[in-house]
Order: sequence, then structure tokens, then C-alpha cells
Amino acid sequence: MDLFHNLIFGFGVALSWQNLLYCLIGVSVGTLIGVLPGIGPLGTIAILLPITFNVAPVGALIMLAGIYYGAQYGGSTTAILVNLPGETSSVVTCIDGYQMARQGRAGPALAIAAIGSFFAGTVGTLLIALFGPPLAEVALEFAAPEYFSLMLMSLVAAAVLAQGDMAKSFAMVALGLLLGIVGTDVNTGVQRFSFGITELSDGIGFIVVAVGMFAMGEIIANLGDPEERSVFAAKVTHLFPTWADMKQSIAPILRGTAIGAFFGVLPGTGPAIASFSSYIVEKKFAADPSRFGRGAIEGVAGPESANNADAQCKFIPMLTLGLPASGVMALMLGALTIQGIQPGPEVMTRRPELFWGLIASMWIGNLMLVVLNLPLIGVWVKLLTVPYRLLFPAIMAFSAIGIYSVNNSSFEIYLTALFGVLGFVWTKLGFPAPPLLLGFVLGPMMEEHLRRAMLMAKGDPTVFVTRPISLAFIVITAIIVVVMVAPAMKKRRGEITG
Amino acid sequence: MKLPDSKDFWSGVMLIAIGAVAVFIARDYPFGTALRMGAGFFPVVLGVVLMLFGLTFALRGLRDSARIEGNWSLRALIVLPLAFVAFGVLMEHAGFVPAMLALTAGSAAAGPEFRIGEVLLLSGLLTVMCVALFIWALGLPYPLIVGM
Repeated sequence: MDLFHNLIFGFGVALSWQNLLYCLIGVSVGTLIGVLPGIGPLGTIAILLPITFNVAPVGALIMLAGIYYGAQYGGSTTAILVNLPGETSSVVTCIDGYQMARQGRAGPALAIAAIGSFFAGTVGTLLIALFGPPLAEVALEFAAPEYFSLMLMSLVAAAVLAQGDMAKSFAMVALGLLLGIVGTDVNTGVQRFSFGITELSDGIGFIVVAVGMFAMGEIIANLGDPEERSVFAAKVTHLFPTWADMKQSIAPILRGTAIGAFFGVLPGTGPAIASFSSYIVEKKFAADPSRFGRGAIEGVAGPESANNADAQCKFIPMLTLGLPASGVMALMLGALTIQGIQPGPEVMTRRPELFWGLIASMWIGNLMLVVLNLPLIGVWVKLLTVPYRLLFPAIMAFSAIGIYSVNNSSFEIYLTALFGVLGFVWTKLGFPAPPLLLGFVLGPMMEEHLRRAMLMAKGDPTVFVTRPISLAFIVITAIIVVVMVAPAMKKRRGEITG
Repeated sequence: MKLPDSKDFWSGVMLIAIGAVAVFIARDYPFGTALRMGAGFFPVVLGVVLMLFGLTFALRGLRDSARIEGNWSLRALIVLPLAFVAFGVLMEHAGFVPAMLALTAGSAAAGPEFRIGEVLLLSGLLTVMCVALFIWALGLPYPLIVGM
């Protein structure tokens, strides 16, 4: 069977010692930042992007992906042991995980979180392998109008599904699109918004925006709002869950994986939505819902599987369509582009080692994470005692060197500082940052496809609704808007009149 | 007239300003036709969209006056970016070591606690680590100290 050939080929790539090493580095760094609050996968990947220049594309992608899903594992560790979500995706895990730890069942909670995550990761890997190739096949038929409609759909979905105020998310998408325009227009050579500054004629660096908003902006926010951290020094004794625990967790893990996979392919949903939905579903299915909040193992098993399945399946649209479904995936696209690889359906046929190697490495990485997280749990907990005031200067140093090394340009350092300030201010005003990053990445491509589509159709805008695939995307976009925006409007009106 | 202090009002004003500047600058770019869109088409449309968003937020902000929630540190907002700028300036004129020392110590100064001994140790240690990792191991071509 083709699938098996491809997977074996992928494992061949992923099992080379360099790639195993990159995978190990990635998942270790991921676990580390997952455990440490105050620095997330977005910021870390942005900071480490420049360092991956010198690494082969496969290795770079394997490492960056490892950071991403490794952070999901790390986040659950602190949620269970310290009642502190290392990442937003593990907020829900705090509820029952921490209660289990207080009842002396930290071991089983950690183990079931790892088992659930591993199962979900395996299924996610299989799903990518199964659905990736046919999706890419379809995408090969896409021309400019399809791409434009597809990007429109994902931007709308990203704005609608982002946490917080929907209108503000849309405004951030528009702002991101505008920032993406800065530089030389590829079609006409006109300098746009470059203010006569030479450094801006190539556009604003992707890493500049990402590091500014997600590393520096975060640190500014954290320094203003320090959180109290008291490590609940639970002795993690017997790690293994009992047979009864296992039996209770099987169904939640399966349901959580399905929920996570579903939300995973939707653009704009963070893993938090998947884990939260799974928690609600488990509560509904439970014979005795009152156990939730008091240490129900289902409340750990379901959400933990869901957030990992979600993280894994986010790769499907990125790898097959070249479409980022989240901020992290936008960074992955950036990593590909920096390596000189044009993201899109051709990646699979032209660079099969990249696609299949990455998929195989994800499964290996998940296995490494189980080993890293269960026996070594004590090491990670110790790390929690490192005070933040020692951490953030180090993060700043890595950020600065990373940005400077891209173009040896001080100008980009100043620009990053500016985006740090802007990122902080925007977040404070309630404008979420990830939609801006998506708009920024997709902006230039979208403009290009729009212009090409109009040329192709001789200036007739109906081209977007007369081609069937493009029409489908437009219809889905309209449905998303109607389903999500209408209730919000109604609620708003209700608030005003009522 | 008393200015409203709601965060939505000021977000709106900010977006209107950005959109207006974008449209103003882009007026010089060829707008083109539907068939052959010029360089000005996308920026102008986006600028107008931003102004419309800004307008709705500003109007909303006039009605309800939700203030900015949570604590924030003016010190961090000013000192942290300045430490970054210092790094940029020193990289060009003084070299990697002074730039790193200024950046790490400057960053530490942005935090709520500043213990001088600890900060000196930290920035010294980080500088040594980064020199070893980036200059010696990864071979980035920056002079440690300019002129040496």
C-alpha cells in the first residue's frame, strides 16, 4: 500500500541521527517552555527561527514542530502539579488534574495525560498521512480565484473563532494585511509605505513582527502583572494508573481525540477551544457529573487528548494547502519560506522527504515526550522554581541576537522594539495578536492572487462565484459569518435594549 | 470638552488614524482598474476598512466606558524597548560584548526587582554563554569589541 511505503520512507528520514537529535532538542525545548509560564510556543519558535537558517529544511521543521507539540505536554504537567496552566491549552486540565494531585493521585493524572496525548498524537499523525495526499491532489487544481477565496475563508474563520472580541479580531486581520503590503510591489515595482527607508523596501521582516509581538510584548505584559507561583510539592509516587482508571479513560480519550481533530483543521481555533469542548462533552457523558471538579480522571484524559490532536491536525492545512490555521502555523510557513520553499500542495510531490519525514518525526517526538515527561517529571518541576526575573533577560538576549543575525541590521532591532510596544498596547486594548500575524503572512499572497484572478477573468469579479471550488469556499465563509456573527449581534442588541 | 476615557474609544481613534494615514500615502500609488489593479488598490481598500472599524469602536466607546483591565508597568513598557535599541546601537558601534551587557542589564532593569549583584552576575554569565554559543560555536561574524 502506498501509505505504508510513504510512512516507511518518512521514518527513514526521521530516524537519521541528525533528525532524531533535532526532534529531541525540539521536544525538550517545547516541554521546557510548556512548563515555564510566561513564554509560549509562539514566542519561542519566533526567536529560534533565525537559528534554523543553517539547518536543513527537514531538520528545521522537525525541531520547530517538536517545540510546538512538546509545549502541550509541558503545559499539562504544571497544570496538574501546580494548578498553573503553562499554556492556555491546559487551563481546563487544572480543574480536575490539580484536584487529583491533591488527593495524592498526581501520578495517575500525569500518566493518563501522557497516554491520552500520545494516543491523540498517533491518531493525528495517521490522519495527516491519510488525508494529506488527497487534499494536496485537490489543491493542485487550484488557480488564483480558488486561492483567494480559500485565504478569505481562513482569515474570516480565524477572526471569528479567535478568543475575544470578534470585531477587534477582524480589525487586526486588516491591520496585518496592511502591514504585509509594506515594501516593493511585486507587480509594478512601486515602493509602498517604505518612507524612503532602504531597509523597508523588502518589506517588514516576518520575524520582526513575531518576536516583537509574541516575545517582547508578552514580557512587557508579564512584568506588569507578576503572578504568584507556589509549587505544590506533591510527591509523585506510584505513576501507573489502576485498571479502573484506564477503563474510565478509554472513552474520554477517544472522544477527546475526535473533538481535537475536528477543531484542529478549523482555522483560527487554538487548542484551548478543543480541550474546553472536550471537558464539556465529558461532563455531559458522565454518569455522575458532580464528580467533575473534584478529581475526575475523565476531566484530564479527554481535554489532554483533545489539545494534542488539535495541535497535530493544525499541520494538515499548512502542509497541504500552504494555509496557516493558527499563529504557530504562520510561523512554520515563515520557516518554509525562509528556507526557500514555496508552501503549497507542491511541497508534497517536490519535497516528499519534508512532508513524510515531518509526519514520522511527530510520532517519534510524541514517544520521546512520554519518556521525557513521566520518569523525568521531577526535573521539570524543579525548573518551576527558577524566578522569572532571571529568565526574561535571557529571552531578550536570544531574541535580539536572532533578529540581528537575519540581515545584520540594527534597523530591524529598532523595528522589533516598536512592535513590542505596539503588541503590548494592542493586547491591552483587547486586540488579539494572532489574527494580525495571519493577515500579515497571507496579505501579500492574497493581493497577488486577487490581481491575478481579476486579470484572468478580464476584470469580472463574478469569477469567484462561478468556479465551483471557489464558490464552495465563499459559501462556507458566508455560513461561518452567519452562524457566528448573527448570534453575537443579537446578544449585543439584547444587551443594549434590555 | 472632557475626553472619554474608554479603551474602545481610543482604539477607534488609533485605527482611524492608521487607516487615514494609509489612504493618504496610498493616494499617490496608481489605483488601476478592476482588470489591472494598481499598487494603490489594496492599500486604499484596507485603509478604508480600518477607518470603518475605527469608527465603530469609537462610537461604541462613547456609549460604554470600559477601562483597561489589569495591572501594567510603565517602566517595563519604556525600559525594555530601550534596552533593545541600546543593543542595536552598540552592535554597530561598540561590538557584541558591550551590546549584550547593555541588553541583559537593561532588560533586568525593566523588572520590578533590581538586585545589582545578581544582575551583574546574570548579564556577565549570559554574555559569556552567548559569545560561546553564537560567536564561537555558530560562527556569527561580529566583532566582540570594535577596534580590538
